[in-house]
Amino acid sequence: MPLLDLDPAVVATARRLAAKAAAPVVEIARSHTTVSVERATLRLAGITGADSTHRAGDVPWVNRVVDTVAEHCGLQDGVCGPVFHALAEHDLGSLTELAEATAAGQVTFRVPTGKDATRADKAARAAVAKGLRTVDRNRAQRDKLVAKLGDPPRRPWIYLIVATGDIDEDVVQAANAARAGADIIAVIRSTGQSLLDYVPEGATHHGFAGTYATQENFRIMRAAMDEVSREVGRYVRVTNYASGLCMPEIAVLAGLQRLDMMLNDSMYGILFRDINPIRTFVDQRFSRQVHARAGIIINTGEDNYLTTADAVDAAHTVTVSQLLNEHFAHEAGLPDELLGLGHAFEINPKVPESFRLELAHALLARELFPDAPLKWMPPTKHMTGDVFNGYLLDGFFNLAGALTGQSILLVGMMTEAVVTPFLSDRDLALANVRYVLDAAGGLAEDFRPAPDGLIVKRAHQVLGEAVDLLGRIVDDGLLTAIASGTFGLMKRPPDQGRGVAGVVAKADGYRNPATDLLDEGATK
Amino acid sequence: MTTTRPAPADASASDTAATDTAATNTAATDTKRYVRPYGDTSGDGMVQTSFTLPVPHGPRAEGAALLLAAKMGMEPAMVVHSHAIGPDFTFFVVYGSVRHIIDLTEVEVVEREYPLLPPSEVNTVIKRALRRKMVVVGACIGTDAHTVGIDAILNIKGFAGEKGLEYYRELRVVNLGAQVSVPDLVKRARAEKADAVLVSQVVTQRDAHILNTQEMSAAFREAMGGRRPLLIAGGPRFDPRMAGDLGVDRVFSRGTTPGEVASYLVHAINQRKEQPA
Repeated sequence: MPLLDLDPAVVATARRLAAKAAAPVVEIARSHTTVSVERATLRLAGITGADSTHRAGDVPWVNRVVDTVAEHCGLQDGVCGPVFHALAEHDLGSLTELAEATAAGQVTFRVPTGKDATRADKAARAAVAKGLRTVDRNRAQRDKLVAKLGDPPRRPWIYLIVATGDIDEDVVQAANAARAGADIIAVIRSTGQSLLDYVPEGATHHGFAGTYATQENFRIMRAAMDEVSREVGRYVRVTNYASGLCMPEIAVLAGLQRLDMMLNDSMYGILFRDINPIRTFVDQRFSRQVHARAGIIINTGEDNYLTTADAVDAAHTVTVSQLLNEHFAHEAGLPDELLGLGHAFEINPKVPESFRLELAHALLARELFPDAPLKWMPPTKHMTGDVFNGYLLDGFFNLAGALTGQSILLVGMMTEAVVTPFLSDRDLALANVRYVLDAAGGLAEDFRPAPDGLIVKRAHQVLGEAVDLLGRIVDDGLLTAIASGTFGLMKRPPDQGRGVAGVVAKADGYRNPATDLLDEGATK
Repeated sequence: MTTTRPAPADASASDTAATDTAATNTAATDTKRYVRPYGDTSGDGMVQTSFTLPVPHGPRAEGAALLLAAKMGMEPAMVVHSHAIGPDFTFFVVYGSVRHIIDLTEVEVVEREYPLLPPSEVNTVIKRALRRKMVVVGACIGTDAHTVGIDAILNIKGFAGEKGLEYYRELRVVNLGAQVSVPDLVKRARAEKADAVLVSQVVTQRDAHILNTQEMSAAFREAMGGRRPLLIAGGPRFDPRMAGDLGVDRVFSRGTTPGEVASYLVHAINQRKEQPA
């Protein structure tokens, strides 16, 4: 039941403005491709493995092939034509064989024409469709397991992070966390992976402050959590990060290995990793199409703005970003139930009435997006190393989450900003969540903020500021707004940033069977 | 339920002697020289600690915890709480009295070598010393994306109730943000004619913060020699005594406020003027 009495006309205006602000960017995303979108397409078509003889270390075969195609004939027509034509021309059995031949310098790629083009198109579509059918089967398998084992018994779902750097240790910690009550396990990636323009291969054991996202690591974690799911009698979800320079490829690998949620923000890479804006928007559109197909819940990253900007002053930028993320997601085919929009408990606890302000912001998100599985992020900015105070703050964060009906609760650690959490920190943090949910899980039923009280007024104010800002973004253009530091105070011009060289404008003859199959919802 | 309280520790003979000295010393100089942790009575030495042992919950685990506490110098110690974390681990909260005594004359810290100035005075000093705005370039270098620290110092919003350096009229602040490569930083510092470069490092895996900072200072030395800007490193895991090892002029650690950095900047600029490179 709505508590804030938001004016439906204002809400509609906000959505209309968000769509208008996003439209030129969607157009850019449709008219460009990137090296990572092309690599993701080939991964769906079945290419795996890496060139272990390369002097730069393991280079995935898919990178060798796409780089060589770009060199020989460019990517403006898509990688599939040249690749599947070469496959037929050289009479090779698999893409991996083609990759080996490419590395040996035996293949010259060119854009096929006439009958050759038709034949290559057909072969590419058949290969990519096979990959997508694996994604479809995984989705069906997830549904089956959820039906058999069940969803978590209550909302919010409890989301816990592991980050040891070693996938085998991650499995141990994740299993313990799930037994202690975690519903969702997220494996933090190694620092700096978002800036790698390739996806590492195989099981990895030496990450920095996290574990590399690789197809094999995904498989290991999902298999381990399937086992734990049977043990604890509920389906334990696995999360990773479809972000950074390889966003589309990681989305594909998640679909192929039945991951359940992926961090996937439309602007995070631009703002916090200085990745080129165009590259990010192109990559996120493709990755969201894949997530939609795979039934993967995306988690957006609005919480991050509040770690750099002030959580009261910048509250409306969170709302604006949520509305933009919603539009981009809908446009890419994601329904509301897969839209884990983010927000966070980051107001300075020294601000008077900070908890009431947090409730206002959290309720605003809840009522603007009633059907989205909102992701509620714990305090980080004002966690000081005073772990006792931090534990109290996390308790209030949990209470706000319960009271405002948040869907996914990322468990706050009292050691935030001190050390990577100890086993005991995680245990205490889960005890905190359990206590609050047991003690006040149903409090929402009795919670009726006064119609003219601070909470209601504050929510209206933030929505009003969000509409004003969206109006300015429509006038100036979203790319200009990003360039001038509107979000998270980061200034990111559209012609700069990492990965800009991997952005290519599509030619008229551009073909990509993955986008075709995703657009059509087809399986062949 | 009653709360049990530990009896004050039986001080050993040598401890007693030390405490006597402390008392004399206190009387003589009016500052304490010898101190012990304070629970609720002077000299009780009471501390609390918590830890996890890879031992299943039970009497054996508690015994192990007490043994560890004794080895840590806590005697007598009390396990006031323990619970199982899964089948293989036990978590403990332990209170007890430590036998150690601290001689304050043995403490080594970097004392602030400059006076704290309010923003208006910082502005006046810069104006008088440079007759132009002072240029400060800031960045998180390497793969570090944690801009919280550098932003707290630079952004006008500031930290701990103090406005950031952007607020100072006589400072021109260029915040390059996260994950700036060292060559880019040197290039930008040169293009902006930076007087000072502030580098923030939060991630410390495999000593990344130390290696990155050393790489940065070496690059500036190589590119600009004695005409290099002031180099300042900051981050929660830095030790202010490491400035020499890192090749920088000053290191700021956890809890540093923008006002301290601004005051240091004018102090250092004045010093540079007095002894030109």
